[in-house]
Amino acid sequence: MARAFTPLAVLAMLLFAIAPFYVASAPDEQTMGLIQRVFYYHVPSAMLLFLSAFVCGIGSAVFLFKRSAAADRVAVAAGELAVAFGLIVLITGPMWARKAWGVWWQWDARLTSSLLLWMMFVAYLLVRRYGGPGSEKLSAAMAIFGMANVPFVYVSVNFWRTIHPNTNVVMTLGSGMRGPFWFCAASFLLLYVLLLTLRRRLEEQRASVEQLYLALDD
Amino acid sequence: MKRRVMTIVGVMLMTAGSLVGVAQQPPAGQAPGDFLPVSSLPAVEQLPAAPLMIGAYAVVWVVLLVYVWSIWRRMKKVEGELADLRSRLQSR
Amino acid sequence: MTQFLRVAWIVMRKDLTVEVRSREILYTTVFFAASCVLVFAFALVREGRPMEDAAAGILWIAIAFAGTLALGRTFERERQTETLRALMLAPSDRPAIYVGKLLGILLLLGVVELVLVPMVALLFNAPFGASLGWLIALLAGGTLGFVSVGTLFAAMLVRARSRDVLLPVLLYPITIPIIIAGVRGTVALLQAVPDEPMARFWAALLVFFDVVFVTLALWTFEPLMTE
Repeated sequence: MARAFTPLAVLAMLLFAIAPFYVASAPDEQTMGLIQRVFYYHVPSAMLLFLSAFVCGIGSAVFLFKRSAAADRVAVAAGELAVAFGLIVLITGPMWARKAWGVWWQWDARLTSSLLLWMMFVAYLLVRRYGGPGSEKLSAAMAIFGMANVPFVYVSVNFWRTIHPNTNVVMTLGSGMRGPFWFCAASFLLLYVLLLTLRRRLEEQRASVEQLYLALDD
Repeated sequence: MKRRVMTIVGVMLMTAGSLVGVAQQPPAGQAPGDFLPVSSLPAVEQLPAAPLMIGAYAVVWVVLLVYVWSIWRRMKKVEGELADLRSRLQSR
Repeated sequence: MTQFLRVAWIVMRKDLTVEVRSREILYTTVFFAASCVLVFAFALVREGRPMEDAAAGILWIAIAFAGTLALGRTFERERQTETLRALMLAPSDRPAIYVGKLLGILLLLGVVELVLVPMVALLFNAPFGASLGWLIALLAGGTLGFVSVGTLFAAMLVRARSRDVLLPVLLYPITIPIIIAGVRGTVALLQAVPDEPMARFWAALLVFFDVVFVTLALWTFEPLMTE
């Protein structure tokens, strides 16, 4: 895994270098025109927000029930990435909305639920930082409940009336758009895996520091 | 470890650079003022879309770069501590 | 199973006995909830008439705030008398302790709501009496969901730093969907012609939430409370 890091990073670099050109070659969307191209970065980031929520939740569950410190390290990395990609989604979304719908924000189901999901993982990080000793377990509980909220987020748009594009959009993309979209999605996913590995490594180093402090005290 | 962080930073900067290159090309036949307002919100001003779109892409890069930088900063601190502790252990 | 229920019953009875003797949490929570309603009334009333649907929103906000307060106080009392550790040391099913505390706080909030609902109905001319059954269903479902998550978080925060501020920080994002469902359902009931199918939909959603959250809480209580 460690050996593969640099070649994969180079690959990610190539993918991201090509992505904007690929996106520019996609056909214009009928009603929204240029601004719709935000979609190619907004939607993969949203997918990664949800993926992070799941990874953090599952890691936290494994940490709580199997007492695995490694799982907790993956969980905190995924938690930070959820906040980072959620921030991207919540900033690019309103920028897209301002042009396409005329308003920065709409209190419909999908937007509200995404905001809530993001806030849950901000709360996750807050508890870890300010909860004092033993806060890993507290934040793990928060992540599990946060993860349980994800299906609700995804399904909510189908239960309530909303001006947010229906979840079927991705599956029914025109052929010209499908290529750039999945390309961007793949590039983002690769970047995500690399960032997760990096962040997890940081946690491992911190754990080593703690062990060394203990060894020093002996 | 530091090398990995630098590689990721390299990825970001390269793609940011190529994005700037793409943005120089005029968008495919789309004049900024040509959008029809959404029919249910007639009071919308005619905003040019390009700044918003470029801004959105810029936000993506900024957030990711800041995050990678914050990992790098913390990594430096931890590695400093590790080196310090190891030398203290050895000198015992 | 009966052992489980017995333990839960004993824990609940203990809480209620302590509360009945001092009535501290009950009085302060009821008064706090009433003040909340008044604050929101002054904020949201225009020209002597409340904004549309304000009554439903104010009711549920008051329940959420009062609930957070009650949860914090209940476990603060346990912490000060160090009875939580004694409870944990007891040779019984840990989740049974959780259920016992949950039932106690649920009853407390139920009494608070008994005071709140008539008060809101009076102050805002809200026709709650028209479909009282559905209102009770919504309140029961919503309060159970809120308290189930709240009891878990309050219990696990007992030994944490910054526990006072962390409880709302953790609780509100998770329970906002419950509040949304409760408010929307109540609004449906307060229409000129009560929209009962809508209220039934929201009540069903609340039941779904309750099942998910109570199950999750029962499942995670044990590993969370052990060192």
